[in-house]
Amino acid sequence: MPMTLLQKPWLWSWLAAAASFALIVGLTEGRGAGGLAYAALSFGAFAAIVGLGQMLVISLGPGNVDLSIPATMTLASTLALKAMGSEPGTVAMGLGVALLVGLATGLANFALIYLLRLPPIIATLAASLVYQSLAIWSNRGLRIRPPAALAEFATGRSLGVPNVALVALALSIALWIMLERSVWGRWLLASGQNLRAARLAGIPVEAVRAACYVTVSLFAAVAGFLLASFSGGAALNMGQEYLLMSIAVVVIGGTSVAGGASNVPGIWGASLFMFLVVSMLNSYGASAGLRMVLTGLIIIGIVIAASTRRALR
Amino acid sequence: MTQPASDATAIVALTDAAKHFGPVRALDGVTLSIRPGDCLGLVGHNGAGKSTLVNVINGTLPPSAGRIDFPLSGATAAAAACVRSIFQELSLCPNLTVAENLRIAHRGLGGLNWRRAARQQVREALDMVFPGHRIDADATVDTLSIAERQMAEIAIGFAPRDAAASLVILDEPTSSLDAAIAQQLLDYVRRFCAAGGAVIFISHMLGEIFDVASRILVMKDGKVVAERPATEFTRQGLVDAMGHVAPEGAAVQAARAFGPQIVATPEGLTACRGEIVGLSGLAGHGQAEALARLYLGATSSWRSAGGRMVFVAGDRGRDGIFPLWSILRNASVSILPRIARRAIVDPAKEGHIAADWQRRIGIRTADLSNPILSLSGGNQQKVLFARALASDAPVVVMDDPMRGVDVGTKQDVYAMIRSEAAKGRTFLWYSTETEEVCQCDRVVVFRNGRISAELTGADITEERILQASFQMEEA
Amino acid sequence: MTRDIYRLMLPVVSLAVLLAATFWLQPRAMSYFGLNLLFNLAVPIALATIAQMMIIMVNDIDLSLGAFVSLVACVAATFLTDAPLTGMLILLALVLAYAALGAVIHALDLPAIVVTLGMSFVWGGLALTILPSPGGTSPDWLRMLMTLKPPSVPMAVAASILIAVVTHLLIVRSGIGTVLRGVGGNARSVQRAGWSVLRLKALAYGLAGLFGVLAGMALVGLTTSADANIALRYTLLSIAGVILGGGEFTGGRVSPAGAVIGALTLTLAASFLNFLRLSPDWQIGAQGAVLILVLAARLLFTRRSARA
Repeated sequence: MPMTLLQKPWLWSWLAAAASFALIVGLTEGRGAGGLAYAALSFGAFAAIVGLGQMLVISLGPGNVDLSIPATMTLASTLALKAMGSEPGTVAMGLGVALLVGLATGLANFALIYLLRLPPIIATLAASLVYQSLAIWSNRGLRIRPPAALAEFATGRSLGVPNVALVALALSIALWIMLERSVWGRWLLASGQNLRAARLAGIPVEAVRAACYVTVSLFAAVAGFLLASFSGGAALNMGQEYLLMSIAVVVIGGTSVAGGASNVPGIWGASLFMFLVVSMLNSYGASAGLRMVLTGLIIIGIVIAASTRRALR
Repeated sequence: MTQPASDATAIVALTDAAKHFGPVRALDGVTLSIRPGDCLGLVGHNGAGKSTLVNVINGTLPPSAGRIDFPLSGATAAAAACVRSIFQELSLCPNLTVAENLRIAHRGLGGLNWRRAARQQVREALDMVFPGHRIDADATVDTLSIAERQMAEIAIGFAPRDAAASLVILDEPTSSLDAAIAQQLLDYVRRFCAAGGAVIFISHMLGEIFDVASRILVMKDGKVVAERPATEFTRQGLVDAMGHVAPEGAAVQAARAFGPQIVATPEGLTACRGEIVGLSGLAGHGQAEALARLYLGATSSWRSAGGRMVFVAGDRGRDGIFPLWSILRNASVSILPRIARRAIVDPAKEGHIAADWQRRIGIRTADLSNPILSLSGGNQQKVLFARALASDAPVVVMDDPMRGVDVGTKQDVYAMIRSEAAKGRTFLWYSTETEEVCQCDRVVVFRNGRISAELTGADITEERILQASFQMEEA
Repeated sequence: MTRDIYRLMLPVVSLAVLLAATFWLQPRAMSYFGLNLLFNLAVPIALATIAQMMIIMVNDIDLSLGAFVSLVACVAATFLTDAPLTGMLILLALVLAYAALGAVIHALDLPAIVVTLGMSFVWGGLALTILPSPGGTSPDWLRMLMTLKPPSVPMAVAASILIAVVTHLLIVRSGIGTVLRGVGGNARSVQRAGWSVLRLKALAYGLAGLFGVLAGMALVGLTTSADANIALRYTLLSIAGVILGGGEFTGGRVSPAGAVIGALTLTLAASFLNFLRLSPDWQIGAQGAVLILVLAARLLFTRRSARA
């Protein structure tokens, strides 16, 4: 039924992504469509992974957000690359280090939120400053190259699809099943709608919240690890653009910031769109300033479009 | 039956007023006029159209058809005609003081020294309606108890502000008040009307209606089905007019045998297997807190409650409902681990259990996948009962679960609770209404946060409960 | 009333402790010039914190404030110097744009966090267009105003006190301020009482825009030049300042005096860490740690006030 399709919250992000894609391809008269799609999938994958994590936290309801994603990405990739030291055969160990860092930052974030009762925005912001210092101290800005096999994997493709996109896709599917079908997903969505009611309905709300904050950090660590491998080394500011990006893809993707509703397909539409819109403005020759202004206006436009659709329903 | 709408002495006159929400006729052609001195009792079941009528009169909702006039004042809007509403849900700003809340309601209050004027008005209004109250005009609202908030709200509603209130609409004003404070309010309403004010009084407690109303208006399905002076109604006649035949009064429960004691709190709250224990006393004397402590202490925020104890919320919006979800998901949320295989919820099992409870408890909906908010308040409450009863928890904790529930639903739920108790379940039931407390095997009365008396069998009467609520020495 | 006092005590105590520690480390800071140096950048941060507080007061959050202050700084360092009238008109338009933003967010029921996120790109892009590379000069009168040397109390301290008093009168004491806080507490009941919540939200956002403009101008007066990224960190600093000052994200519970003190504490924390001669690696991390410590202290205060 077309009505039910129109009601899908992820529709707008996909429409916007498709429109930007068409506008670029229209300009180049069809040349380079394949390359563009490939690049969008590669770069979109990183936004998608951090967006998925941020989505979980945002679904927990108003006030829940993780601002430590960039710092976690940097710290996890820095420590992982340092541990691997460009040596072959250390990839599993490196991934393990990255995941451990993610686990540690996630637990630390939640400890601040739970034990000190800090608002998540403030707790993750303050903690991220500490993580950032740790990353600086551990590496002093030296750029260590990832092992060749890892770099090859991160920049390579399977069946014509970038490997990083495949990893992101696998994570998305796993998370989607968790959210839609599992007890844990129900608990999460219930907690996001009304934390007090969830607690009184017998849901282990603090365990659910802890799981979300740990998961977002694990996803950020994976994204950082892949991004560093993809771009030939960790850099101190590598996560910076993913702070606003992670929130933007969640909201453009149709997840409600009021909590209790999440949307995995929308994350992908929004991630592709965020890359494509910049490419589109680039290919039309917009200056850096104009590009930013238009990106901002388009984000707001999509949010308005999505919200009026909600109101009509 | 009613005066013609052209009646120039009416404060407000409705002529064939109707309000439609899509195909739903929430208000279906009501003609009504209210004159100074009237105290109109408004009764009807949930969804009968009372709230819609109120919202049309106070200008929140424009009528879809018909007219609304304010002949006496000649005003075109309810606010200009000094029509005030005091709503069922608390509607003060919790972050402001009582006096500052008056500033919000009183738009004309200005000047450099508005604080003093506001403080004085609030104090006068509180003294007028609730003599002997202990509410500080400079207290922030969120430091007040629920009952005190409701008192402050009522006082602000009656406060003179720019001009004296001509018509005050009270929607379930006593729902959070205990009997003594409620009586003060009823007395004031009578004085207010005698002095030429008018009141619309909505309540599910028929005793209050008979106590204050000069006229009673019965609504059903958006229409006025009866309107007569209060003296021409009997209690039974009123219930019949509303369209439900409810048994008069509550019988004393026969003594039953119970199992071993399975609940015991440090403050002395105990319960045995199969027992229904009532918590009573004046509102806000620690009953709800005692139940919340019991429930939160028996369950954990880190492990699934796993069917040790379940909670039925009375404040549905705050404590019970998941507003984005369907009826089905709302009903099944407490039993998820039981109906899941390897952490994945089994939809067939879920649907089966929910359908079973829909039948047993009579949730009125065509499809359980409809949103929970499509149900009326009473039916939402039934979903919360189904959620709790569907679990295999041996102990059910109920925090004033019948707030705003109509008479018919109540009878259904009483029967269900008794049959579950007979099967060995234990109920702890806080209620502000004596009729509900009389359903219990044993009643503990709370005063100042502590248990002041324990009543069983034939001792469970309104009189004994009131005695224990006020008594100065321990019973 | 007691709760309000407890709300204010934490920021006051944490500022006092930090100040004492600074004087202990560096006794020479205990002077007119020392204080001026310590709180040098406090005024723009305090103004930005007040701006953020206006938004938090009506239950929203502004993620674009840093970009907005940067844009104002760019306008002030270019147009306001070269063509004062045009500059003033641009700044006025920016305040009105903020008010309009508040109205749109309310009318369409949009999540403020997202709209302001989008606006941060818009402000940033405009700033980049006006000033593609760092530069510009502050108007002379602005520089003179910011470097005034009032007798006995350093400019930064005097200005902060002035800001706190003015905003306290505006938000806590005045009638309209009370109604604005009421919007944060219970917008529905304010609406029912006949107020236009749309206008009130526009007013709150407009005030935020006004204080954002003042913050940007104060910043340029101190730094004498601008760039498009000059104040990006103000977004997070201002949020931290409001919370540090005893404000809460929801429910209209804010304290203007607390917010100013919170901003002073944040400014001082940076200076304090300088005095500690901490390795540059740990400067940022130590700021985070100070933030966590101070907020952890809040736990004790809220426990105390719950008992009061």
